[in-house]
Amino acid sequence: MFLALRELRFAKGRFSLVGLVIALVATLMVLLSGLATGLVDDGIAGLRALPATHLAFDEDADVSFPSSIVERDTWESLAEAPGVEEAAPLGNTLFNARTDQDVPVDLALFGVEPDSFLAPEPQDGAPLGAEADGVVIAEAIADQGVEIGDRLSIEVVGLDLTVAGIAPTGTFGHVPVAYAPLDVWQQAAFGHSPDAADRASTIALRLDDGADVAGLDAGHGTETVTRSESFHASPGYTEETQTMQMIQAALYLISAVLVGAFFVVWTVQRRQEIGVLKALGATDRLLLREALGQSAILIAASAAAGLAVGSLLGSLVGDQVPFSLQLGPVLSSMGLLVLFGLVGAAFAIRRITAVDPLIALGGSR
Amino acid sequence: MTLRLEQVTLTHGDGDEQVHALDDVGLEVQPGELVAIVGPSGSGKSSLLAVSGALQTPNAGQVEVDGVDVIRASKAERARLRRERIGFVFQADNLVASLTVLEQVLLPRYLQGHRPGQDRDAAHRLLEEVGLAHRATHRPHQLSGGERQRVGIARALMNDPALLLVDEPTSALDHRRGLEIVGLLARETAAHRVATIMVTHDHSMLEHADRTLAMEDGHLTRAH
Ligand SMILES: Nc1ncnc2c1ncn2[C@@H]1O[C@H](COP(=O)(O)OP(=O)(O)OP(=O)(O)O)[C@@H](O)[C@H]1O
Ligand SMILES: [Mg+2]
Repeated sequence: MFLALRELRFAKGRFSLVGLVIALVATLMVLLSGLATGLVDDGIAGLRALPATHLAFDEDADVSFPSSIVERDTWESLAEAPGVEEAAPLGNTLFNARTDQDVPVDLALFGVEPDSFLAPEPQDGAPLGAEADGVVIAEAIADQGVEIGDRLSIEVVGLDLTVAGIAPTGTFGHVPVAYAPLDVWQQAAFGHSPDAADRASTIALRLDDGADVAGLDAGHGTETVTRSESFHASPGYTEETQTMQMIQAALYLISAVLVGAFFVVWTVQRRQEIGVLKALGATDRLLLREALGQSAILIAASAAAGLAVGSLLGSLVGDQVPFSLQLGPVLSSMGLLVLFGLVGAAFAIRRITAVDPLIALGGSR
Repeated sequence: MTLRLEQVTLTHGDGDEQVHALDDVGLEVQPGELVAIVGPSGSGKSSLLAVSGALQTPNAGQVEVDGVDVIRASKAERARLRRERIGFVFQADNLVASLTVLEQVLLPRYLQGHRPGQDRDAAHRLLEEVGLAHRATHRPHQLSGGERQRVGIARALMNDPALLLVDEPTSALDHRRGLEIVGLLARETAAHRVATIMVTHDHSMLEHADRTLAMEDGHLTRAH
């Protein structure tokens, strides 16, 4: 890398200019990655916190929480089925509630049987079922000034709830989760309809490793997915991840085009010099290796700088924004950024092979 | 014999547009001999260097450099020949902008696969020979035209070439500097026992040459 390094030093102005732009793209990438992870977490943390391995949806519901309704027969029968350790109904609906002080509070109401394996363990206050209308709320709701003993009313269905406990129940669809006894949730979701008491949204399952999922589904008219597959069923999840992925893909492309364009100009400017080097007997291989090494150093150093700045900025982001930097996604996005940059550079650098050493003899040719 | 050209013809274009850059050219140069080539612009002087230096393959004829048949050689073999047996001093834009004077001189060795810096002593000796040891850390843009040509000469000698090809080394220089450069070339040709061809259109630069040939319309003849 005799030539590559000396060129980097000699033309540091030009290289730092593109380097700066690549670093900015990398910074954006880091922030975006943190936002993507944070946002996704905000959408499904409540599902991730479930002590279940699988969720069974109504087979006609297309694995969607709002459209799935399962019956008591189904969960009682599933609980007895081979390979099933635990099966419990889970109600799942988003509501707007109001506090005593008339403060609006959005909540994702999860209805569970208080004695099932799904019931949350409150850090403060009483567990589910201690009071008939008692709910266990997420810390995020408590942070809005709601205290144990306060009332939460869901006006659309004319239902009053009492805050019984507080637990790290997470969020669902960007809304904090509140656990209610199943019968309370059934009232909220179905009103006084006669068969409300036999219904839930999905069935949370704890399956043995070798459980025959297809067999269970065939026997019960359900569609069972793993807990992480169920994330796609939560509102907005697929759209959000796709949007983020599209922005990221655009940034990868920008990086490739940016680096490519720079190295096209750089290679064209150095045509005479490349001709001289070839006339002195430099092989294409050596020149390509130098140029590719040079672009690799440039891109990697710029990405590293962008990573540092992005992480720093990320650490300054407040609680209001769902932001979570995680090593895996950040590093893989940086890796792809470098890779795409290299592809762009490779395309530009190819034209080294087309330079004729004859041009070393003079500009007239 | 270091360089042997026999009945070499190089044409550009075709049909009515055809130009004979070289027309039935024969030339032999021995080690330690400085051959000057003069001729008007467009007469084929650079073409002669291109063919002799394995940069361009003629349409017909024989080219042999240091025992290697250039016509038969592959592209890779020609590059290797240039790397190991031929030194070039080009008319202009001879140097690599990002390298210091010392690094310019080390470059041929690097292209041969040596570690950079391995041949520092040899490079320094060459820089002393061309009187530029004190500018070793300077870059081309900090040098005068004559100094650049001298760096080019030192670099061309670094791979101990059998054949040294020099294109218009004095065109950018005043008369006195020009003579200095040609004198330097003559001394280096003798000291390193290299076969040198120097192209020039300046007839006042010929006193150091062992032989002077004239190029006209692609024909090489004895100078009058
Ligand atoms: N690639 C090319 N295509 C067409 N004609 C060419 C090409 N290269 C050279 N020629 C022609 O070949 C002839 C010889 O060119 P050459 O460069 O060898 O001349 P020269 O003696 O070095 O001239 P100068 O003193 O101006 O450098 C010229 O007529 C030139 O126009
Ligand atoms: Mg010429």
